[in-house]
Amino acid sequence: MVVASHISISYKKVNALKDISFSVNEGELFGFIGPDGAGKTSLLRILTTLILADSGSASVFGLDVVKDYKNIRKITGYMPGRFSLYQDLSVEENLSFFAAVFGTTLKENYDLIKDIYIQIEPFKDRPAGKLSGGMKQKLALSCALIHKPKILVLDEPTTGVDAVSRKEFWQMLKKLKNDGITILVSTPYMDEAELCDRVALIQKGEILDIDTPMGIISKYKNVLFEISSDNMYKLKGDIGKFNDTLSVFLFGQFLHFSPKSGRKDTDVLKKYLEEKGHKNIIIRECKPNIEDCFMDLMQSENG
Amino acid sequence: MDQREKIISVKNLVKKFGDFEANKNLSFDVFKGEIFGFLGANGAGKTTAIKILCGLSSPTSGEISVAGFDAYHETEKIKKNIGYMSQKFSLYSDLTVKENIRFYGGIYGLSRDTIKRKTKDLLEKLNFSEHAGSLISSIPLGWKQKLAFSIAVFHEPKIVFLDEPTGGVDPITRRQFWDLIYETAHTGITVFVTTHYMDEAEYCNRVCIMVDGRIDALDTPENLKKQFGADNMDEVFVRLARAEKK
Repeated sequence: MVVASHISISYKKVNALKDISFSVNEGELFGFIGPDGAGKTSLLRILTTLILADSGSASVFGLDVVKDYKNIRKITGYMPGRFSLYQDLSVEENLSFFAAVFGTTLKENYDLIKDIYIQIEPFKDRPAGKLSGGMKQKLALSCALIHKPKILVLDEPTTGVDAVSRKEFWQMLKKLKNDGITILVSTPYMDEAELCDRVALIQKGEILDIDTPMGIISKYKNVLFEISSDNMYKLKGDIGKFNDTLSVFLFGQFLHFSPKSGRKDTDVLKKYLEEKGHKNIIIRECKPNIEDCFMDLMQSENG
Repeated sequence: MDQREKIISVKNLVKKFGDFEANKNLSFDVFKGEIFGFLGANGAGKTTAIKILCGLSSPTSGEISVAGFDAYHETEKIKKNIGYMSQKFSLYSDLTVKENIRFYGGIYGLSRDTIKRKTKDLLEKLNFSEHAGSLISSIPLGWKQKLAFSIAVFHEPKIVFLDEPTGGVDPITRRQFWDLIYETAHTGITVFVTTHYMDEAEYCNRVCIMVDGRIDALDTPENLKKQFGADNMDEVFVRLARAEKK
């Protein structure tokens, strides 16, 4: 269980976190989703007792992040955004070191990390600095788990990682969650929101919304269409000039368009696009995803 | 035969590090004004190939020409005719917006007058005029990325290499960034881009997917989806990269 109430922190002129409150339930896989500079790292560092908030309070499994910081560290596994293991120690030495720091051994908790560690075990004598990106990530996760933490805190574990390795990483997290570990994870990839039990969408130090992924999507109130034609570059400009356009964004092979009027009848739009010379026009209503919701919340926040 | 002007021509590119073959016989062409997506899992050999194309590393064998120059002997000429930007490559944070532009303009040998004129245009286009005197360290990441891109094409190179340019930026800025890419390609500059966002693969004219040092697929997103019977590029990518792991 994690409870944060009215947390604020600023660095010089920048208010990195502005009066943030939330709670995470035991056993939950909870995601902080937002771009760089949203305040994700600051928040996770406050919860892992690495920095102090300017104001507000927070607790982890009933332990206060200021008064009980030593006990929080015993039950927390933390994987920082930047690879922070000893590059000149081998895979096995890193693990033994972190186990020793927490007063345990590799043997004692081998079961917990087995599935992950087994993939890098063939390289156990290799210096950590010489591992590939994917292997470093697995080693860092193994080290964060070696003392059997109650809560695992991961700061952007999948940033810069390819689409396939990202999927594999999330499968590992799901498994750890099933082992009963509470997991807080931050990510700039909006599509990963759907893999969390609940998420906080975070932007410029503020939480835009907290809910289940389905809950967030169900709150999206605009009508949304996906549109394509033979000239996508021109299509975006043309729809941008259409008089009923609330928003139009690139979305893979389609544009996502939502009309100001909320009208579901698209004949006028289709005629307008035909007059502009577009061929093979596809216009169909579609479901929003987390990214549509995030952009909509960002815009209402700014507007 | 494709009649378009070739900006990059690669024939049988091999790059070895000792016994390890990072690029195994790559062959592909990239054309003028094309947005060319270069995808692959971590460790597939993308960075190795890009370094060679930028004139930063020498191929072991193969015929490689970039912007009309040879990748063995004319690397300095290649460097003058390309632009480069990556997520990690940042502008000088202790210089202002205007100072960064002047610095890079100078590095690429533009005259003072040209730099002055183009700086004004650029700042107006990006709506940055008010912030010309702001330190880079004080501006938001999204702005920095747009500025870094604009500076990478400031000397009007024939081709610009973008290495994960949109990592970590918010979804609206990410899309604005692609608007800039489209505009740039329309002026005839070739865009060579890597990304881990599979929706962005759909925005490219053609996509090349590297797996384990080889090119396993190269075509328009449309054709690749047909070829693999997939709904989107994410599926195409996962199928190719997973096949390798098994």
